[in-house]
Amino acid sequence: MNSENSQDFFRVDNLQKSFGGVRALKGLSFIVAPGTIKAVIGPNGAGKTTLFNLITGIFPPSGGSVSLNGVSINGRKAQEIARMGVSRTFQNVEVFDRMKVLENVMVGRHIQSRAGIISAGLRSVRMRREEREVRQSAFEYLEFVGLEHRAEELAGSLPLGEQKLLEVARALATDPEILLLDEPAGGLNTRETEKLANLIHRIQDRGITVLLVEHDMNLVMDISEEILVMNFGEKIAEGNPRQIKDDPLVIQAYLGEEVDYSDL
Amino acid sequence: MEKISLAGQLIQYIFTGITVGSIYAMVGLGFNIIYNVTEIINFAQGEFVMLGGLFMVFCTATLNLPLPVAFILTIALVTGVGAMMERSTINPVKNATVLTMIIVTIAVSIVLKGMAMFAWGKDPYIYPPFSGSEPVFIFGAAVQTQTFWVLLMTAVVVVLLTLFFKRTRYGKAMLACSDNPEAARLMGINVNLMVLISFALSAAIGAVAGAVITPISLMEYDRGALLALKGFGAAVLGGLGSFYGSVVAGILMGIIESLCAGLLSSGYKDAVALILLLLVLFIRPSGLFGSVEVSKIKKFG
Amino acid sequence: MQKQDRNILVGLVLFLAIFPVLVMNVGTVGHYLDVMIFVGIYALIAMGLSLLMGYAGQISLGHAAFFGLGAYTSGILCVQLSLSPWLAMGAGAALTALIAYVVGVPSLKLKGHYLAMATLGFGVIVHIFLNEEVALTGGPSGFSDIPGLKLWGFSLDDELRYYILVWCFVLLALIFSLNVIHSRIGRALRSLHDSEVAADAMGVETSKFKITIFVLSAIYASIAGSLYTHYVGFLSPSSFDLFLSIKLVMMVVVGGMHTIWGALVGTWLLTFLGNEWLHVFHDFDILVYGGILLGIVMFLPGGLVELIPRLGRILKRT
Repeated sequence: MNSENSQDFFRVDNLQKSFGGVRALKGLSFIVAPGTIKAVIGPNGAGKTTLFNLITGIFPPSGGSVSLNGVSINGRKAQEIARMGVSRTFQNVEVFDRMKVLENVMVGRHIQSRAGIISAGLRSVRMRREEREVRQSAFEYLEFVGLEHRAEELAGSLPLGEQKLLEVARALATDPEILLLDEPAGGLNTRETEKLANLIHRIQDRGITVLLVEHDMNLVMDISEEILVMNFGEKIAEGNPRQIKDDPLVIQAYLGEEVDYSDL
Repeated sequence: MEKISLAGQLIQYIFTGITVGSIYAMVGLGFNIIYNVTEIINFAQGEFVMLGGLFMVFCTATLNLPLPVAFILTIALVTGVGAMMERSTINPVKNATVLTMIIVTIAVSIVLKGMAMFAWGKDPYIYPPFSGSEPVFIFGAAVQTQTFWVLLMTAVVVVLLTLFFKRTRYGKAMLACSDNPEAARLMGINVNLMVLISFALSAAIGAVAGAVITPISLMEYDRGALLALKGFGAAVLGGLGSFYGSVVAGILMGIIESLCAGLLSSGYKDAVALILLLLVLFIRPSGLFGSVEVSKIKKFG
Repeated sequence: MQKQDRNILVGLVLFLAIFPVLVMNVGTVGHYLDVMIFVGIYALIAMGLSLLMGYAGQISLGHAAFFGLGAYTSGILCVQLSLSPWLAMGAGAALTALIAYVVGVPSLKLKGHYLAMATLGFGVIVHIFLNEEVALTGGPSGFSDIPGLKLWGFSLDDELRYYILVWCFVLLALIFSLNVIHSRIGRALRSLHDSEVAADAMGVETSKFKITIFVLSAIYASIAGSLYTHYVGFLSPSSFDLFLSIKLVMMVVVGGMHTIWGALVGTWLLTFLGNEWLHVFHDFDILVYGGILLGIVMFLPGGLVELIPRLGRILKRT
């Protein structure tokens, strides 16, 4: 983390996205201070996952910008953005199910290793050393999330909760500056969620900034330093957990959602 | 050939080009119809053309049927082959990758080719043009009357297809499938049936192409692959997924091929269209009339 | 390399060592050594194709052309310029790699069928070129009197010596390929199959590796072409046509495209079928080939190697 000016660490400016005629994101702006945990909340369809997909380059924005350490990352390819230090997990788990758990994390180390086809094919000394290092550090990331006992199993055979942890380990393995967690607690039970809260704090302790989308309000209020509330593709509130709890607009948005169940 | 003026020669080449180009255009249309509904490139598309020609031989020479009856019967038979291909090989292979679907259609093309050789042997066949073999002279160029049949049938195919997709329930449903198969399914469209229709329709168009071109260019069992390749060239050049694009591109390709063969080197006649195909892939893979976005978004694109 | 692969490799080497002893002294199958040389040559191509299909998820319908480029480059350089065969082999591989790169980069940027069609078109163009450039290639009737290979002054002119040479190449390529599969490149390619979006998010350079594998497979094919040239001593375009490209794909699919061993099984089976056992069908072998391919891809998509574990289970039960 070499960013002195917290304004410049991670910045989203007037970000927009339309799908056909539908405006999923209508000019969203916010910053994330280095080393903090920030949550993005909002009713379903508010544009949270769209925001993540824009930041990580799954599709290009229709307007606005995203920058990390003052360097613009929007419009770049997902692979490039990963290399620049942005990593993520997925709402609908995307582990490599036919690969072993350890191999999944080793793919996470991909951008931290070099070997090209020739040294790989000839198993050069350098390549073998690198391979050992990759395996070693991948194992350490598994230990960090508590999955080391599953290392040799197929990722697809793990229960959902562990697949989510595996995604965190894999994302951490890329050595990100900022980690995006898309509904990490979705589908977890209370005990697992508690462990997750602890894990996110430990990630923060490693100096990694965390931006998460989450529906579990207890978790969000518990761990985040800042919260951004979205509705219909726009920011309706931003602040610390206490401010958000008391914000009339937020209450309205959430109550509104509850009241309107009959309309669905 | 007797000495004729350069202008006459050029016109001659252009007519030849438009004629074979129309066939490429029809093959390209066949690719597009199946691609739009299923995102499969059907490598057996050229075999439909080959079968069209050889079934015509069977109907006119073996069964001695009058021309219109033979023509309709041929289309019906090849359409049946297309439908059978879909039911027996495409439909049963569920959740297949693009790679598997490519291999399945290649396998079918080999089987069809093998069967054609079994039935007709290796020799090329021909039957008389639809309206006599006396050529018509246009600006000093001798043009076979069959050329006009090719052009007429191409036009009929294009018009009928347009009407089918714009006016009929099935046609509209097929377009919906191509836009978004999931949504189409949710709207209650029988996607399964649409896939079947797309194969039958493509086979029918191939049959028309084969039936009208054989009196000019002859037909034998192993012509399918090259026709498919050039038809694909037309489809890509026109922008995969674009109907009118592949018609224009197909005819353009035919003209370029014919001019090159006539003016430069006849040995490289077949290479010209393919070099064009590769050039398009290198320079503008979305085709002359397609958009880059589409080719990237399409799942199998 | 993983233990299972190592065991199979040891088994293969043992088989290859015993095979000549088995067949050479039996009159009726003495020529099997010659068939095995062709198995080796085609296996070299099929292995590259297997990497491309099973790991990079792409298909090439033009590998006969890369095979032909290697063969003709070797033949032409040796006969017309009297170049050393080994140098010519290297030149062929370099030329083929360059061409594969030029064809591959634009096609692989797009998804799905483009590489299939581009390589198909490319294959036909090369075939036409070989037929038409009579001054260079001898045209449809080809050219002959291509010298054999020598190694340290040691002429590799009898079948046994050539058998050893070809299979050394195959084994080297096999080990190289297995190493690639079990490296970060192999992992990257496998991850792509399971979730392209996650692989992207991990920074895996999708198209770069697809191109790398495509070029590697073209180099294998080119070297196979050079080995073919010096063994047969005669070249004509008909040995490098579209149907060969399709047969090569068949070898991979019939054996099983998800493992490199499948390519070896498929090549072995189809080469023996083609050279030995399908003569009864005369020209109709094409129907047999089509039927086999269709049957395998529809009912046994994992190829024949998929039967091995099943067979093991049946044996265990009885």
